[in-house]
Amino acid sequence: MNILNLIKIAIKALLRNKSRAILTMLGIVIGIASVIAMVSLGQSSTLSVKNQLSSMGSNMIMIMPSNQMRGGVNLGFASAKSLNERDLKSIRANARYVAAITPMVNSSAQLVFGSNNHPGSIQGVDACYLDIRKYELESGIMFDENDVKKFAKVCVIGKTVAKELFTNGENPIGQTVRFGTIPMKVIGILKSKGQNQMGQDQDDVVLAPYTTIQKRFMAITHYNMLFASALSEEQSEMAATEITYILRSTHGIANGSDDDFEIRTQEELLTTMSSITGMLTILLAAIAAISLVVGGIGIMNIMYVTVTERTKEIGLRMSIGAQNRDIMMQFLAESVILSLIGGVIGIIFGLLLSYAGCTLLKWPYVVSQTAIALSFLVCAATGIFFGWYPAKKAANLDPINALRYE
Amino acid sequence: MENEIIRIENLRRTFRVGNEDVHALKGISFTIYRGEFVSIMGTSGSGKSTLLNILGCLDKPTSGEYNIDGVSVSSLSKNQLSTLRNRKIGFVFQSYNLLARTTALENVELPLLYNNEISTKERHERALAALQAVGLENRMHHLPNQLSGGQQQRVAIARALVNDPVILLADEATGNLDTRTSYEIMTLFQQLHQQGKTIAFVTHEPDIAAFTTRTILLRDGHITNDCAIEPKSAKEALESLPVSDDY
Repeated sequence: MNILNLIKIAIKALLRNKSRAILTMLGIVIGIASVIAMVSLGQSSTLSVKNQLSSMGSNMIMIMPSNQMRGGVNLGFASAKSLNERDLKSIRANARYVAAITPMVNSSAQLVFGSNNHPGSIQGVDACYLDIRKYELESGIMFDENDVKKFAKVCVIGKTVAKELFTNGENPIGQTVRFGTIPMKVIGILKSKGQNQMGQDQDDVVLAPYTTIQKRFMAITHYNMLFASALSEEQSEMAATEITYILRSTHGIANGSDDDFEIRTQEELLTTMSSITGMLTILLAAIAAISLVVGGIGIMNIMYVTVTERTKEIGLRMSIGAQNRDIMMQFLAESVILSLIGGVIGIIFGLLLSYAGCTLLKWPYVVSQTAIALSFLVCAATGIFFGWYPAKKAANLDPINALRYE
Repeated sequence: MENEIIRIENLRRTFRVGNEDVHALKGISFTIYRGEFVSIMGTSGSGKSTLLNILGCLDKPTSGEYNIDGVSVSSLSKNQLSTLRNRKIGFVFQSYNLLARTTALENVELPLLYNNEISTKERHERALAALQAVGLENRMHHLPNQLSGGQQQRVAIARALVNDPVILLADEATGNLDTRTSYEIMTLFQQLHQQGKTIAFVTHEPDIAAFTTRTILLRDGHITNDCAIEPKSAKEALESLPVSDDY
């Protein structure tokens, strides 16, 4: 019997019991749909993490001093005072893969404007910080080199800060806010960036020239950290290596000694975050796969019932010349068609489901071709695997007994 | 010799039931020639079903020789037997055995589906011709449950004819039908016989056997009688039925 006739006969046989075929298919539909949805949503979440991370900055490299040990006591994260102007100048002069670099000095105090106040941390940075962190100005201007040179008492504030301090609809630009005891003039407002992946409000920031913070607020000469950006994503590893090399030489660290600073690239962060979402995806897909197996068992069950029900038909087909192979193929074709149709419907449902999920969660929508192709293969395999024994049972029936079966 | 369709010699069939051997056929021999219309009679337990299974190549004899159309069956494999059934034998069953929810035409086409040498077009043509031969060409798109018992049996006969078999094997083909319809079916068989078909008809009803040209009587696994008879005309029998008997 040729394939075309085989398929025709199988479809006809399935149509004879429509509601049963649909219910059996449902198991596969649910299984495949959940696998597809889980894999797609997983990929979407990974992509969303990636997007959010890259919105934090462009090919960002963070350079922090190591934890300082004093008398055996660890003074905590980035407590050493090892980064200073010399390092900054040396990196600016020598690094070839670094697009921009800015120091960062943090100070925290209460921000006061009129009767409003807001607890805030003020970040002392260079003008290029905006490019590195992908901030944009909504209005006003950014401080420039001159302001840095003159320790100017100017600042640029984020949306959240502006909302908290200027409650009466004043234009913040040109106003003077008090930072602790020091008055600062607001010269610019940043465009909103919203929350980052970790739930931090990226608009709750105050930026000022780093020299201002160093001299006027904290009276220090070192930096808390350095932010750099690599020329491109691919070059960020090289840039990190380069910076390590430069810093080791400016710090005069001998070969074999440990660095007195730490470098983290955005890539590393991305890898960490992706591995978490990846693990979650695998877990969810595994659970979904279980429902696929249950669906497969449903097919097997119904195929057994079908074979028993159609014993007489099998006997008849054998008596008019069907070989064991023909009978076997007929029932296999039925189970494979059942699972393939179920699979196609499942894929459609899965894609719709993940589309809905992505829309709801505001994640980017990803259609995973691999997942679809794989689901198709899995469907065919399910049909063959779970259809095999019932088909074998049918093929091995004795035609005489089958014909007399009532 | 070439007119021999079926030749069996000293055929035995023994079943093992528990620890006992049951001898269903105890060494029977006969030959059916081309163009014969043979009835095989016997009570239940006489071995006629076993004999029919062997004649239909569904079962193999324990010992003895069985030749159908010059082919010795005992040496054939299961698949070869299937092919043999497909090409040389046409079955007609007591309960018709039509596929439900499948049109008459498709039911008739069924044996040809298992023959790869036949194209789709030829399959349709031959199925249609077979339906015409049993007078049901205007019912070809009907489903079995839309047909009367007699019509269903006609479809089954068409299915048996479609592969142009060397012999038609009928197993109590009128057993489920009323007298009038039985006679109609027997009329059809007699027509087919007149067209040159070889038919073996298993029955336990003497009035049905009376329409055949030869009767083989089985009892307890032996042939007790094998004689040619002058067949009654089924058509005349049909006409002689009282009209009031009709429903």
